[in-house]
Amino acid sequence: MKILLVFAALVAAACSEQLFVGDQVLRITASDEEQITLLRVLGEQTELQLDFWRHPTSPGRPTDLRVPFPSLQAVKIFLESNSISYSIMIEDVQVLLDEEKKTMTRSRRTERSTDTFDFASYHTIDEIYDWMDMLVDEHPNLVSKIQIGQSFENRPLYVLKFSTGGSNRPAIWLDTGIHSREWITQATGIWTANKIAKEYGQDPSITTILDSMDIFFEIITNPDGFAFTHSSNRMWRKTRSINAGSNCIGVDPNRNWDAGFGGTGSSSNPCSETYRGPYAHSESEVKAIVDFISGHGNVKSVISIHSYSQMLLFPYGYKTAPAPDHQELNELAKKAVNDLAAAYGTKYTYGSIVDTIYMADGTTIDWAYDNGVKYSFTFELRDTGRYGFLLPSNQIIPTATETWPALLDIMVHVLEHPY
Amino acid sequence: DIDDIGHKYHLELVLEDVLDKDSTVNCTAEVLYHLGNKNIAPDVQFTIEGELKNTDEADNVFYNQIKSLEKELVAENIPDSHGNVSPEMEPIHLLAWVASGYVIWQNSTENTKFQLAQIKHVKQVKRSDEYLEFDYMILLHEMVSQEIIPWQMTVLWHPQHGVQVTQDSRQPKHASE
Repeated sequence: MKILLVFAALVAAACSEQLFVGDQVLRITASDEEQITLLRVLGEQTELQLDFWRHPTSPGRPTDLRVPFPSLQAVKIFLESNSISYSIMIEDVQVLLDEEKKTMTRSRRTERSTDTFDFASYHTIDEIYDWMDMLVDEHPNLVSKIQIGQSFENRPLYVLKFSTGGSNRPAIWLDTGIHSREWITQATGIWTANKIAKEYGQDPSITTILDSMDIFFEIITNPDGFAFTHSSNRMWRKTRSINAGSNCIGVDPNRNWDAGFGGTGSSSNPCSETYRGPYAHSESEVKAIVDFISGHGNVKSVISIHSYSQMLLFPYGYKTAPAPDHQELNELAKKAVNDLAAAYGTKYTYGSIVDTIYMADGTTIDWAYDNGVKYSFTFELRDTGRYGFLLPSNQIIPTATETWPALLDIMVHVLEHPY
Repeated sequence: DIDDIGHKYHLELVLEDVLDKDSTVNCTAEVLYHLGNKNIAPDVQFTIEGELKNTDEADNVFYNQIKSLEKELVAENIPDSHGNVSPEMEPIHLLAWVASGYVIWQNSTENTKFQLAQIKHVKQVKRSDEYLEFDYMILLHEMVSQEIIPWQMTVLWHPQHGVQVTQDSRQPKHASE
């Protein structure tokens, strides 16, 4: 041990950095004036190299003393033989210093602005919330953050509002991450929100759109599920609500909407990944959006983003009968999918939910459509199964980049076809 | 529809090499889903037009790498949460892909669509013969039900003799997850 210390000291000298390996900080409580005097005398022994962090003042008040490792034994014997009570406040000063250094390096690497935010990696819920605040800070005249409710576990449900003014303008609703394991969606959401903020005033399409419409963007639509995918189970899909009478947790938030609720396109079993919930809108995450959109009264489009399968879908999922606007929605989907493919050749299929993917009831866009929101679409982003939910992070930016023109196609169409 | 037998599908498809997107091969297949007993795998007949790429060199490199390991290979979460697969694990990943294809075939019906979601755990089992053996615990994603199904499979492989799944069994999902 001694050899190590000598070596460490040599290295430290070479690096001109003082080391405090093995030093301890003692908290000493003198019981009377005599003990105070003894402590002062102790401090005057220069060869001990004692360092008072809190000097001996009066009995009852603590004295904090850093003792270099070589002097530890001597000091402790002194205190004990004089019946001066003490405790070890810091077992090894160097350990604390090392920890502090690590934290400081880490925080220096933390994003200071959206310019340095790493869009090409997957982030935690806190990192995304921090980034949201940065985005609002940087674009105070365009972006604001509103809270529309709370999740089952009381996490805030934040929505970014993009608006250039007016009052209750016709609006477009976007959401990502309703199924928490679909990580490419939240990641695409961040990139897209950033893109909207950056391109306002630059890109003619988004500028015209925002000059007369508002955009509401909920990026972490299922925060409890998202946190769970980070902490415990990467494959978690549903909410994290407790189901009465069952060990199984969670409701499929995309089967919980009041549109064809309770049919064969969802499950009544709480243990199922497509469990519809005890009743429509039982999930606070869903109810918050229902209340917001209903309360707003002027939402003209709902675009809900999922993965995977590479599809662009529109209503219905709960019935096979085509939606009244089937033709228009189909044409728009076709255009969007073509423009998406132009970027990297990524092929999407498109059509109604029931025709293209499977029967699904209680879905977001079926509810929106049946409640007057004509332009309701669901995206299923990359890929088609090779990586599935575990899409490599190097595909985040390409995915978001190719999806952007498709989103613009829909939003421009909404702008140009008021109803 | 074939009365009293089942449903037959005629397919024309293009096979694309996952490792070389420009390399494609045409294929025709006939798939018969049996009526009644859903525990029988569908019958599959197929013809490939042309040849699949020769992978002897890469196969032998992988084979020798594993054979020369001192301790049995053990790994988990392939790909990881961020979709990463380390280069050394890529052959293990591909082997799981092929083997899971067999498991998927054996368990498919007209109402299922399975994909390999992740290798939770893989452990090499040392053998005295020339085969490599791996014990995999994989997660299959079933698209229609959206379920993630843990599945155990024992996989044998040899560069000249190909892949064999000698044992496989569906595992129970943990209720608390």
